[in-house]
Parts: sequence; C-alpha cells; structure tokens
Amino acid sequence: MPRTNTVMIKGTKEGLSLILSDACSFEEVLEELDAKLALAEKFKDENHRIKVRIHTGNRLLTDEQIARVEEIVMKERNLLIETIEANVLSKEEADRLIKETRVHMVNRIIRSGQVLKVQGDLLLVGDVNPGGMVVATGNIFIMGKLKGIAHAGYPNNRKAVIVCGKMIPEQLRIADLLSRTPDEDEVTRQETECAYINQDNEIIIDRLPVLRTIRPELNRYIEGGE
Amino acid sequence: MGEAIVITSGKGGVGKTTTTANIGTALALQGKRVCLVDTDIGLRNLDVILGLENRIIYDLVDVAHGRCKLHQAFVRDKRFDDLLYLLPAAQSSDKTAVNADQMKTIVNDLKKEFDYVLIDCPAGIEQGFQNAIAGADQAIVVTTPEHSAVRDADRIIGLLEKETMEPPRLIINRIKTKMVKEGDMLDVNDVTNILAIELLGIVADDDEVLKASYHGEPVVLNPHTVAGIAYRNIARRILGESVPLQQLDVESKGLFKRIKKFFGARV
Repeated sequence: MPRTNTVMIKGTKEGLSLILSDACSFEEVLEELDAKLALAEKFKDENHRIKVRIHTGNRLLTDEQIARVEEIVMKERNLLIETIEANVLSKEEADRLIKETRVHMVNRIIRSGQVLKVQGDLLLVGDVNPGGMVVATGNIFIMGKLKGIAHAGYPNNRKAVIVCGKMIPEQLRIADLLSRTPDEDEVTRQETECAYINQDNEIIIDRLPVLRTIRPELNRYIEGGE
Repeated sequence: MGEAIVITSGKGGVGKTTTTANIGTALALQGKRVCLVDTDIGLRNLDVILGLENRIIYDLVDVAHGRCKLHQAFVRDKRFDDLLYLLPAAQSSDKTAVNADQMKTIVNDLKKEFDYVLIDCPAGIEQGFQNAIAGADQAIVVTTPEHSAVRDADRIIGLLEKETMEPPRLIINRIKTKMVKEGDMLDVNDVTNILAIELLGIVADDDEVLKASYHGEPVVLNPHTVAGIAYRNIARRILGESVPLQQLDVESKGLFKRIKKFFGARV
C-alpha cells in the first residue's frame, strides 16, 4: 500500500469523498488514485452505484484532466462522479461571476430611443421614459418611474424580478415572457411595486412585501452586524 | 465671443422657426447683435417669417462651398439698425449639401461677430439635425403639450445629452389654457415631469402669432400680445435675468371668481 497522502479516500453517508492533493504533480495523483481504488476491493461488492465527490484543493483541473480522472474512477468500478470541486476559480469564471452578481448603479433618465443593457442587476436612480428600455441579465430595480420597457432576466432567467417606484410601463419582460399594460388600466399606482413570474408562468405585478416570500434569495445582506 | 444656441424639437410643426425668429428679435430688442441661421436646407422658411425672403442673394450652402464670403450672404433686418441678421438656407439643395465640419466653421466665424447665433434646426434626427447642433454651445428644445411632440423631444434631449454642450433647456409652445383646465391637454408640470430639464419658458397658443407671421413680422414686436410677452421673457432669461413664468389663466379669472376667492380666504 502506498505510504503517501497524495490521495485520501473517505467514506461518508452520501458516498465517497476523494481528496486529491495539490502539492504534487498531476501524474502522481492519477497513479496513486488508480492504485488506491484498485486496492479498495470492497466497492465492487456493492450492488448500487456509489456517488463520488472529488475535491482537488488548490488545483484547478482542465477539461482534459477532468476526463482522465473520470476515466480512472469509472473504470470497471461501480462509482459515479457527482462533483469535482476545487478551492480556486479561473479568472474568467471569477470575472463572469462578478459581472453576473454585480449591481450596476446608473443615475440618469433613460429617454425615448435609448436602450441601457447590463450584465447582472440594474439599480436605476431615475426614470425610464416612454420609448426607452432597460435590459439586465439579473434583476431590475428602478428608483423612479418606469414608463417605458423593462426586461429583466435576459435572456432566460425566469427568477428575475422588476421593482420600481412607480410602475406604469409600456411593457414588462422577464426572461422569455412579455406582458403589456391592459388598455383599460386605470389604476393609478402610488406605491413601490414588483413584477415577477408566478407558478402559472405569467408576469404579475404585486405589492412589494410579497417579494420577500417568493424570492428569499434576494436577501444578500450578510448578517452579523448589530 | 458670442454664444451659439440651437433651437430644435425632433417633431416638425411645433414652432421651432417661429421660436427662433421671435427669440432672435427679442434679443435684438434688448440691444444684442444677433444672427439667425436657417439650417433647414431645401425647406427654408425662417426668411418668410421674418419677411425677408425677397432679399436673399447668397445662402448657407454658398458660404460652405466658398462661393461667397460670409458677409455677402447676410440679410440685414432693417427694423433693427445693425442688430439682427439672417443667414438663410438654400432652397434648391438638400441637407447633404453641408456637413457638420463646415457648419462648425461657419458658426465659429459668426460667434466672433455676434452676441448670439441662433440656429434653426430642421425636424428629424438625421444629417440636418447633426449639422445644426455641430457648432452649438447650448440647445433649446421646443415642444407642444402633446404626447407625440413630448416623445420626440425626449428622444432629442437624449441625443443632445451625448454632445459636449450645456444641458438643453425647454420651451413649451402653444399651450391652450382652456383645454388644459378641462383635462384634455398635458399641463406644464406633466411635460416637465417627463422631460426633466430646465424650463426656459412657456408660450400660450395665440392667434396673434399667426397674424404676425401673415404680415411678416415676428409677434414679439407687439408687446401687447400674450405670446409676444412670453418671447420677451424667454429672451431675458437667456440673458440671465430671473423672470417668473407667465400666468396663463389670468383672462378666465373673472371679477366674480376673484371676489369669491377673497371672501373664501376670510372664512
């Protein structure tokens, strides 16, 4: 049995956990992984497939490397890889995440004919005038009047919401759905409202407090202060 | 060095040319040297409103192409000693006969001689608009209290805000007090709420404007008209004076109403 700790195997309730060291070459890891799994004969007796979670520490695997790990783990064994995780992210991945979760604050009026597009959430301090349009891949928050078009969750995030101080839009769009103000809409809305996609796949406008229950994930404040 | 102000609107027929003629005349009445530039090449009519059409020899396109000197193209308004001039547009060419760089040069030359250069912009957002705003330091957006005109004004303001000039100011033209009162027309607040730019003035719908134009005299020359006073006020605001907005509903407040209000206040 190899003496090193290049590969550690732990059994958990859910299945197996493989911890691959990041302090040696990738080739060494593969070698030892193959050897240790070969020794652990008892997996073969199990009838069902065992789920495996792989953790690679501070080593980020390329697609090619992932394929080689998969090859070794799956070969002639009833193991099924569930996840492969690392402590680190590629720079591109990190940039993408930052962009998608960032709140872009814009302080101006979106006028007729203007289109404002952002990656992530949009916080607009100002109005969207008739004929103007705002588009975000995430949520849209407007501290002003929405009199034009707002498209949240572009192109396919149906969880996205639109919140604004005064909701009198020409159109609301969320992901791939669209709704238009009814022609006979005479309701003069005074308070802040939100729009979201309900279970029947319709865009509806609702009172703001509802949002806390239907989209709890919007609470990104980290508890810990007073 | 004078200042160049472009008068624009997006939508046609809201009164850009009338506004240009009247503000220009009002500034001349205040003793300023003013040059009005018509950039509506092919559809000129600033000369008609001023009653100067029969004196045009050269025009903007001739100047741009070096066919004449700038001075030769000026049409002087005899009613004002040496204060009001028109640089007319060509009637036989189209908007592409001049480009933005040529306009900039002409406007810069004019600014050296005049206190104010008022540029009358054609409707639309194409070449003619680009030419008209090219040399301007400031912009005045004219709209009427109608949804279509306000929408186009909004579009124009969006385009102007991208330019390196002072934030545009607004004139609301042809307000019909009676219709506003009956709730059939946008009021001043409705318009300023949407456009959210500084209000330079309001002008009531006044038949005197049409009459004046029929006679080839800007309405502002008659200080006894509502519109004439409005344009004089606008000119004073351009000069930096603080003039309160005209009360447009004065005429309909009869004696009886005033008395009732007076009694009401005592109760």
